[in-house]
Amino acid sequence: MKPSTQAKLWYAQRISAMVLALCVLVHLVTILYAIKSGLSASAILSRTQGNAAFAAFYGLFVVAVAIHAPIGLARVVEEWLGWRGRSLGIVMLALAALLTAMGARAVWGLYGG
Amino acid sequence: MQTLAVRIWRGGADGDFQRYDVPRRDSQTVLDVVTHVQRVIDPTLSYRFSCRVGMCGSCAMTVNGVARWTCRTHVSKVAVNDTLELAPLSNLPIVKDLTTDMTVFFDKWASARGQFKGDKTRADDFANVVPETPARKAADAAIECIGCGVCYASCDTVSWRPDYLGPAALNRAWSLVNDVRDTAQNERLRAIADDAGCHACHTHTSCAERCPKSLSPTAGISGLKKLSARAAIRGELD
Repeated sequence: MKPSTQAKLWYAQRISAMVLALCVLVHLVTILYAIKSGLSASAILSRTQGNAAFAAFYGLFVVAVAIHAPIGLARVVEEWLGWRGRSLGIVMLALAALLTAMGARAVWGLYGG
Repeated sequence: MQTLAVRIWRGGADGDFQRYDVPRRDSQTVLDVVTHVQRVIDPTLSYRFSCRVGMCGSCAMTVNGVARWTCRTHVSKVAVNDTLELAPLSNLPIVKDLTTDMTVFFDKWASARGQFKGDKTRADDFANVVPETPARKAADAAIECIGCGVCYASCDTVSWRPDYLGPAALNRAWSLVNDVRDTAQNERLRAIADDAGCHACHTHTSCAERCPKSLSPTAGISGLKKLSARAAIRGELD
């Protein structure tokens, strides 16, 4: 991998990690609040559906996951399996696309229902 | 007389430990123990040392599983029930007994562009580097490395990824990256930002923990990651 690509990927992972740290915290507080309050699934959905702030927050969460996870997994695969290069990059791009698609579907379920 | 039971690695990579009984003395260093074995018990024992006072860094070995300078390690500090186990440094090929081949270690310094490259001649005046500047302070924090190999032998990443440049070479690169007189900065960042460079570090901090000079290659490697990322964004690494 080119040094410039390597350095940019490190940067992307660093920034996505910062976003994830915030998102995970907000997500945990939100679900703890929802459970403590005894809200049912339909009561939760009635609050999130049509709520652009919820959609934007979880959309950001999904994007951060789709960036962060494949870069980290690629490093683990490189070290443990010795698999590197273009083929690994393509598989990790596919993983990023899969995470984005699955996450987008979940966000849509929350927002559009 | 009280004696120490010393197990010393003999032979090459397929060698084995051999036991020697060495008289215990006051203020005895581990290097004193090895020297006693070689001079009194078995003159065929190979080991490397020079200054004996922590200046040259050539006497580093694995003492009871931990890489150390043997000249600056008192037996009283490391012996367990009057026993010692001495092996060559890890992560380096064994030449014989306690002597390792450090060629790869120093080749990696060269690969990390560990050479200073300036653009002044002897006709120019001295460079004026202000000691209080952040870059000079960062260079200062890394510059005292004497290349003993303790950090390299202690690094888990080197052990599972032998092409990794390692903490000493990257520490050297960090001191030069902060040298305002150096003119090969982008070339250096390209050399250390590749696959087996600073991004391979897992921040285990064994190098900083074990460095006999109390340097922190981990901090330098972290700095290299940031600098190379910024340079990449600016397109200077292409």
